[in-house]
Amino acid sequence: MSKNLFNKIWDLHKVGALPTGQDQLFIGLHLIHEVTSPQAFQMLEERGLPVMYPERTFATVDHIVPTANQARPFEDSLAEEMLLALEQNTEKHGIEFFGLGSEHQGIVHMIGPELGLTQPGMTIACGDSHTSTHGAFGAIGFGIGTSQIRDVLASQCIAINRPRVRKIDVSGTLGPGVFAKDIVLKIIASLGVHGGIGYAYEYAGETIRRLSMEERMTICNMSIEGGARVGYINPDRTTFEYLKGRAYAPANSAFDDAVAFWNSIASEEDAEYDDVFELNVDELEPMVTWGINPGQAIGITENIPRLSSLAEEQREVAKKAYAHMDFEEGSPMRGRKIDVAFVGSCTNGRISDLREAAELAKGRRVHPDVKALVVPGSAQVAAQAEREGLDKVFAEAGFQWRGAGCSMCLAMNPDKLQGRELCASSSNRNFIGRQGSPTGRTLLMSPAMVAAAAVSGEVVDIRDFTPGYGLNHGGERV
Amino acid sequence: MKKRAHAKEHDTQRVSRIVGTALPLRGNDIDTDQIIPARFMKVVTFDGLGQYAFYDVRFDENGQENRHPFNEREYKGANILISNSNFGCGSSREHAPQALMRFGIEAVVAESLAEIFAGNCAAMGVPAVRMTRDQIEELQTAVEADPGLQIEIDLLSESLKAGAREYRFHISSSYRSALLNGSWDSTAVLLSQSEAIRRKGKSLPYLNENPFK
Repeated sequence: MSKNLFNKIWDLHKVGALPTGQDQLFIGLHLIHEVTSPQAFQMLEERGLPVMYPERTFATVDHIVPTANQARPFEDSLAEEMLLALEQNTEKHGIEFFGLGSEHQGIVHMIGPELGLTQPGMTIACGDSHTSTHGAFGAIGFGIGTSQIRDVLASQCIAINRPRVRKIDVSGTLGPGVFAKDIVLKIIASLGVHGGIGYAYEYAGETIRRLSMEERMTICNMSIEGGARVGYINPDRTTFEYLKGRAYAPANSAFDDAVAFWNSIASEEDAEYDDVFELNVDELEPMVTWGINPGQAIGITENIPRLSSLAEEQREVAKKAYAHMDFEEGSPMRGRKIDVAFVGSCTNGRISDLREAAELAKGRRVHPDVKALVVPGSAQVAAQAEREGLDKVFAEAGFQWRGAGCSMCLAMNPDKLQGRELCASSSNRNFIGRQGSPTGRTLLMSPAMVAAAAVSGEVVDIRDFTPGYGLNHGGERV
Repeated sequence: MKKRAHAKEHDTQRVSRIVGTALPLRGNDIDTDQIIPARFMKVVTFDGLGQYAFYDVRFDENGQENRHPFNEREYKGANILISNSNFGCGSSREHAPQALMRFGIEAVVAESLAEIFAGNCAAMGVPAVRMTRDQIEELQTAVEADPGLQIEIDLLSESLKAGAREYRFHISSSYRSALLNGSWDSTAVLLSQSEAIRRKGKSLPYLNENPFK
């Protein structure tokens, strides 16, 4: 039987079978951050265990980082305490830490790829569900809880059941104003937020192969929103080009040897899958969510589904969504007044995302009723954007230009919605309360759509916002 | 707020039966942001999380109690949570099952469970089991009619008894066996293979002495 990438990597990293029937899987790269690791270090402490592979463990601080005033100690003493704990734990165990002020600090799923730590053929674990992002490189990224972080720190392994693999075959050409974010929102809307439970997703097909690494990361990032813990894309020349020259990527002749290995772990042409789903994107529109989970998404010209049009098992959550969002079934999304616009997150906080948003913002003004934030995903992205003058473009348009972190994606820092504010957001979750206000409301969309909403003061279709807006899916000029 | 006797110990902690009363929490896709809002995760221990379970749905902006099963007097002391499809979706935060456990929940019964959430429960020694939609509906209705209904979850026979009724439930066989034989805290089991782990590390193309050769 010809193997897919997932099963090749799994078999390569399997240490053995456990008495419970689970596999013991070696983790090639462990990424940690301040929110989910302190309790794990505490558990190690209690048991007197060392970190087995400190040299394969890397840390950064992202979730609680204030993006406006980063002076230490933080105004929020709880956030300060969390950062101190991480500083102490990494120091004590000899773990490399890209802390605040480091040129490599940033959202954990941004810095792994930027540094070239994330490579094809690896198993990667991190105490964060968006670890699936790293799958864009042909790696297998697992989001894990704190008890499993303890396991990885202590043994560099996790105990896990092998999931099935579903191939998601994407064909067709994206129209202007349609992005990777729209592809993944469409996949989640089609398969449902629990459709991926028990599966790893392989994103494949001509459309996926044409995507840049940053676009691939956007897609793999949101696998978990469709219920799939793992999402990946087979490595190819685009992957190798991205990695060449990065700090932790193999250099010189080792790079060529690495490419041979990386090619060898890709899915075979005739690889077998447990399931296949096909999607054609020729007619795909910019997507926007209308509800309280990422599967409640529609094309921008569509209307919010009526209760009667939904399958019975979707109705309970749809009713909850109509009520929380205060949206009427059957009504359009276009024209809804927004209060806040957020460009950032591990889904869409990379340089290409900022370029797309800046292209739209250039020469325009944020609507007076809108508070707009641009939060680069990492210090590297911030520096690159500043070299390109994007910070000035945003500032002149009235967007607040902030420091790197997770920010308003989950609002563990001071960036929060107030009351019932409605936020156009390039992040990944529109759960009730997600952006820091229990009554706040989130609309997920692409970064360009967020920028268009920011300057319009309402949800718009980027395609008729301005004729010749002039971007293709890669963020380069057509 | 009651704590499980075995929750703080580490080795050979066998879990085979959970007996008590149930707390029906109706709804699909109940996410971990609802179970524990992110602002309560600014802590370096899990200890105080129980009081914040479902905080934003249990309390209004003024801190007054909303109608919510976690607030209802008749479910006070209930230790078995019964919810619907895709329970625990979203973030990987173990703070979510930790908050439930520290609130007093000792087992979760749902139509389906998000994968990372189910894994976190398993790693904490909390049985999280699945039953069909109709069975869940019947069970929730029965508990709502009689909150004192005695429930018994038996992992050995994979059955749930509710009064005179008896149901079969599903749980991953590996989670079940880890609970039954007390190896749900996997660190020691994994570490017992330390030589094999080191060998595996050295054998990986990207970690061996001559990388990728």
